[in-house]
Amino acid sequence: MALLLRGGRVIDPAVGLDEVCDVLIRDGVIVEVGTGLTMPKGEEVDCTGRIVLPGLVDVHTHLREPGREDEETVASGTRAAARGGFTAVCPMANTEPVADEGAAIRYLVEKAETEGAVRVYPIGAITVKQEGRALAEIGDMVEEGAVAFSDDGRPVADSGMMRLAMDYTKRFDVPIVSHCEDGGLVGKGVVNEGVISTRLGLPGWPAAGEETAVARDIRIAELTGCRLHVAHVSTAGSVRLVGEAKARGVNVTCEVTPHHLFLTEDDITDAYDANFKMNPPLRTAEDAAALFAGLRDGVIDCIATDHAPHAPHEKALEFELAPFGTTGLETALALVTTNLVATGKASWGDVATWMAHGPRAALGLPEMRIEAGQIADLTIVDPDESWEVGAEGFVSKSRNCAFLGHKLTGRASDVLIGGYFALRSGKVVV
Amino acid sequence: MLSSKHILSMDDLNSDDIARILETAESFAEVNERRIKKLPTLRGLTIVNLFLEPSTRTRMSFEIAAKRLSADGVNFTASSSATVKGESLRDTAATLSAMNCDLVIVRHKYAGAPRMLTEMMDCPIVNGGDGLHQHPTQALLDLYTMKRALGHLEGLKVGIVGDISHSRVAGSLIPALRKVGATPIVIAPPTLLPSRPDVLGAEVAWDLDEVLPELDVAYMLRIQMERADGMPFPSLREYARLYGMNAARMARMKPEAIVMHPGPMNRGVEISADVADSERSFVLAQVESGVAVRMAVMYLLLGGGDSGVAA
Amino acid sequence: MTKHTKAVVMDATAVERALTRVAHEVLESNKGAEGLAFVGIVTRGAVLAQRLAERIREIEGAEVPVGTLDISFYRDDLATRFNPEVRRTDLPFDLSGRCVVLVDDVLFTGRTIRAAMDALMDYGRPSCIRLAVLVDRGHRELPIRADFVGKNVPTSSRERVKVHLAETDGEEAVVIYGDEEGDE
Repeated sequence: MALLLRGGRVIDPAVGLDEVCDVLIRDGVIVEVGTGLTMPKGEEVDCTGRIVLPGLVDVHTHLREPGREDEETVASGTRAAARGGFTAVCPMANTEPVADEGAAIRYLVEKAETEGAVRVYPIGAITVKQEGRALAEIGDMVEEGAVAFSDDGRPVADSGMMRLAMDYTKRFDVPIVSHCEDGGLVGKGVVNEGVISTRLGLPGWPAAGEETAVARDIRIAELTGCRLHVAHVSTAGSVRLVGEAKARGVNVTCEVTPHHLFLTEDDITDAYDANFKMNPPLRTAEDAAALFAGLRDGVIDCIATDHAPHAPHEKALEFELAPFGTTGLETALALVTTNLVATGKASWGDVATWMAHGPRAALGLPEMRIEAGQIADLTIVDPDESWEVGAEGFVSKSRNCAFLGHKLTGRASDVLIGGYFALRSGKVVV
Repeated sequence: MLSSKHILSMDDLNSDDIARILETAESFAEVNERRIKKLPTLRGLTIVNLFLEPSTRTRMSFEIAAKRLSADGVNFTASSSATVKGESLRDTAATLSAMNCDLVIVRHKYAGAPRMLTEMMDCPIVNGGDGLHQHPTQALLDLYTMKRALGHLEGLKVGIVGDISHSRVAGSLIPALRKVGATPIVIAPPTLLPSRPDVLGAEVAWDLDEVLPELDVAYMLRIQMERADGMPFPSLREYARLYGMNAARMARMKPEAIVMHPGPMNRGVEISADVADSERSFVLAQVESGVAVRMAVMYLLLGGGDSGVAA
Repeated sequence: MTKHTKAVVMDATAVERALTRVAHEVLESNKGAEGLAFVGIVTRGAVLAQRLAERIREIEGAEVPVGTLDISFYRDDLATRFNPEVRRTDLPFDLSGRCVVLVDDVLFTGRTIRAAMDALMDYGRPSCIRLAVLVDRGHRELPIRADFVGKNVPTSSRERVKVHLAETDGEEAVVIYGDEEGDE
């Protein structure tokens, strides 16, 4: 089957491409990129006025299956991903039970094959049950398809265990994704320690609690030679530490979430809205500015959502009791287009770097470039579509979105995976 | 009438509101001293004490206040843990709402709970203490006590001594003092101070003995040894030596200066027994004024609108 | 809200004469000053009570104790006319065994006096309660009557009657204002 994407603005900095042209796809592979292309037979898609990007990937998602299918499933989560313009997601291992063995990875891979709307590259747990006491069967999980390892949700508290894990994992040439949190410094913290924690009388989560852990993990990565990817950096100090480590030649990458880029602790008012409760917490405006600078300067490699769906009755609890997290798959791209591209702070090429190439490179996923011979994983964006978050509901099963009610400009209209539509004209293809 | 429908924190009260509450409380104090300590003013209204964190004194104070205004004061105590054991706060609120309560006073282990109730219920909500956040009626009765004892509030220097970072009493008292033109000073070791005391608006001192001679009021907070996250100072003995109010310290204060404590007191720790029982200690006056001030708060919140009192 | 004066029904002299006469009537009815007490309803009733006590001191040389009563907490119209200005009640004498003369400036619906009686009863048990008012303007809604009246002033219920006294208003007069919210 042939598919011709006609007249879109095709952008891929990896191949120096930014022009209005056509993309011809056959049997799931890009055959040609150029102007005035023709095909004898097949389907033509008019992409006038739209942006064609290499397929976006979210390297930090929580699909909640198995265990919390009321909050999200592989099916609903991947559909939400497609709606948000993603061609692939990396689900974290903190399910119930934890994905700490090969069989659990295989379960996910098989589920994704039958019910997934986008590609799924599972992340396995570092330690058994993510308890930080015993190493999980890393090798077995790699065999079954795990692309990285993380105890995300929690840190690996014991430095000795992190060293062991990194020493062991390095031979598989996959990264350890670290949730950096020093439990002793953080305690019961639920909001950034500082102005807001004082004013609202909530336990504080100091920036130093992340930075000491980032410094520790960088040093252990350096010691062992293991690849390290720092999850959801949220402070200026963390950005500085990663930047210095990269300058020294340490093999470290990191990601930032849209909520840390575009929200701050000042968004948490005395309404005590638990949709603003995240881990790590929303930080100061200075931190947010440093995060953007880090992205721009390449210290931060990619944007990842940390999509964390939660049941409404749990998010409706008292602030200190509510679970951490916001959903993010359906809003990430639009937040970037609205806050960065539309304001001139970033280009579409940056979007491709931060949401397509950067994530793939950081986690060692298959590369994808818009040129002949590449698999047709593409994201097509309508840069002008205006929409309000939550106005028509969510594709995700959960509604706990920190950006509820925000008016955004720009939205994925189509997603192609291996040449097949996962999202077509704004509707998820089932 | 007050400027806000609810009293969740001192942010809901401006200086006019505070003046009105204190003035009204004086009339109620007078009623509390006669034989028939009852007024028909809030007859027939239902006032609920939703105390999800244990408290005897504060709850009793509110209960007596409601009954002296002829309202039906009702106590609802429950586990404050919203786990499988107990009903969730939202369901509790829905239940109370369905029973048409006219005023709810809530004390809760977690900050923000009173605010949640305002979204679920139509009646006014009074915060009786939420987590580490605020305890506005305590601050009001403290102001009332100070005014009665010292004759005025403006210009007073009030030292608040103790675990400021874990004190909702301080969280309300500091802004309250500023609104009436007094100067709050928090006095504690750095480990007991919040991350940003400047946000609350108080001056900070680590050394009690240095500021003692300037104070008009020494307000001692209870030191809790039972803190889950460990003692933030070496021992009670050390704390009492450096920060405890004892006779020697009291003698070094201005002669008219007074000592206060929100209770319950740890005699021998933050306040010595002889100071607690001395004439310069206004702890019992605080308790007494608590009922009058809470009556004033109830009266001012419930007057007007369809309170249902027969015309 | 414009007040437009309809009529001045009592000037300073008329007020003074009325008070003197009332003081005499009280003494006559009580057969002297023994066991009396004046309790004025704040604010102007309290001023009038003070003046009555002074008159009696001049006439009989007797000291009749004076108290003030604030009935805000006993009103029956909290729902519709909430007025949180609370003044003080001060009854510096024992009510039992005394004949209390309640004093107010204007008697209208009678609800204020009903509240005043409830309040008095919560303070003690007077041997009797009498009512003295400077102006009775009619329109009673409860079975209440004054024992001693300075002047009967027929009014329409929509008019307002205000008593101005030197101590509170800087001048002495009883004035009817037209067509605004009813007085009480």
